[in-house]
Amino acid sequence: MKPLKAESDDALLNVRDDFPALDQAIHGHPLVYLDSAASAQQPQAVIDAVANYQQSDHANVHRGVHTLSHRATEAYEGARDKLRAFINAASRSEIVLTSGTTESINLVAQSYGRPRLQRGDQVLITHLEHHSNIVPWQLVCEQTGAELIVAPINEDGSLDVERMIELMTEAVRIVAVGHVSNALGTVNPVRRIVDAAHECDIPVLVDGAQGVPHMAVDVQALGCDFYVFSGHKMFGPTGTGVLYGREALLDAMPPWKGGGDMILEVRFDGTVFNELPYKFEAGTPNIAGVIGLGAAVDYLKRVKLDRIAAHETALLAYLTQQLSEIDGLRLIGTAPDKASVQSFLVGDIHPHDLGTILDHQGIAIRTGHHCAMPVMQRFDIPGTARASLALYNDRDDVDRLVSAVRKAQEIFA
Amino acid sequence: MSSVTALSNDDIRDLYRELILDHARQPRHYGVLAGATHSAEGINPLCGDKLHLHLRVDDAGVVRDVAFEGSGCAISVASASLLTDEVLGLSRENALAKMEQVTGALRGEATADELGKLNALLGVREFPSRVKCASLAWHALSAALGGRRIASTEN
Repeated sequence: MKPLKAESDDALLNVRDDFPALDQAIHGHPLVYLDSAASAQQPQAVIDAVANYQQSDHANVHRGVHTLSHRATEAYEGARDKLRAFINAASRSEIVLTSGTTESINLVAQSYGRPRLQRGDQVLITHLEHHSNIVPWQLVCEQTGAELIVAPINEDGSLDVERMIELMTEAVRIVAVGHVSNALGTVNPVRRIVDAAHECDIPVLVDGAQGVPHMAVDVQALGCDFYVFSGHKMFGPTGTGVLYGREALLDAMPPWKGGGDMILEVRFDGTVFNELPYKFEAGTPNIAGVIGLGAAVDYLKRVKLDRIAAHETALLAYLTQQLSEIDGLRLIGTAPDKASVQSFLVGDIHPHDLGTILDHQGIAIRTGHHCAMPVMQRFDIPGTARASLALYNDRDDVDRLVSAVRKAQEIFA
Repeated sequence: MSSVTALSNDDIRDLYRELILDHARQPRHYGVLAGATHSAEGINPLCGDKLHLHLRVDDAGVVRDVAFEGSGCAISVASASLLTDEVLGLSRENALAKMEQVTGALRGEATADELGKLNALLGVREFPSRVKCASLAWHALSAALGGRRIASTEN
């Protein structure tokens, strides 16, 4: 293990006070929140943006000529512009607002995949994927007769990229890969995967749910064809998310859901669909949530993503080192390139028992399979305990976790 | 700083009391059962816990043999182990009555009278998210005796 550099002043963000939910006691202990990979807490700025909208600007979007509808539309579309800039998409037409990563992937599987896939075709994913980047592809494969194939991972939880590239044969019609593994924290070499796939003319979807909260993402630099993420993992409200798609691809895709707002003209002898991105946004959207997500983007811009990444990199190294000093603790996921997550097992203590004992000491972690059962099957374990970091965590949180794990060992001694 | 209901340090020791840890480490009647007449699987899809319960019920309707296998947390394994000790020799009706009594007590709806060593399971009542762990084996018992193959905590 490399010796740790002292945490520099620059890496200390001091943003904890921006998150009101962190300021409470759980079972008599100050809350230590280490479950941001499941859902991140929201800064006051996001809470206020949602509340202000509900209080004084609420109306339906894209419909009325009245003032409130105009305000709601401005704020909602303003959030889309912020999200475009956030991931450096070329055009706001490429930003489809969804209910989250899961809906975004289902949309691509059904609208892009289903018309193109047939028997003999393959969809290539990796062994690291979250269920939301597995099951939509299984469904479309069942519907079309295509086959789902899986790139393997190594013992340290890193992706076997060479093998993945070998699997990119003519039969593969789409590649879907996570930017960062939610269960193990592995950062995948997305740019390399995209380049290799594009050499074979295969489009690539990147599941960025665990990417955007932790690092600056530039979809044009990555070169991917689709990039999807959720609002609630990046300090915004639940029920919000984004599908970025290259305009030419989105343009050629049929609508997925039908309804209001996604049409230009409806007649019983045929309907003319709206232009991008509205073609994919049927029905009244989660207006308040999207406005909150826009505020989350503003917040991340203020704190600066490169500072967040530096802070989390230093803190993850500290977390991993501190955990590895506990006797009987086994780290799961030790890839060289990682972000924000450390999974582990403590002796023969089941992760759920550990989770309860930690909660009792005010520490929130995730336990179980993390919606990535194939990863658990790969390591032949029922699940893990997972500590995940965000910009508001610090070394005190790690120290509290370590002492709580030792307490659990005492109880189970 | 707002405060959520504080649990005392004793609550966690009460949950993981020695009897529970003992049954979790050395579950009784663990394994498969040759000649089983009734079997069911108990599944908690939220946490992935899964156990199989096997019973041999004789012509008079008495549980003559019992076994379980599977993986889970200390609470679910200990509960299954305690169950196997408890139902051995009970009639089918009495086993089902015991199941009602235990699950009712776990939900806080019934008193803990006459539960004997099963009282050890009641520590979970202070931990709402763990009640399902303690109930899992008992729902599998009900399924097995009722001729159903699967009991899920989510149904």
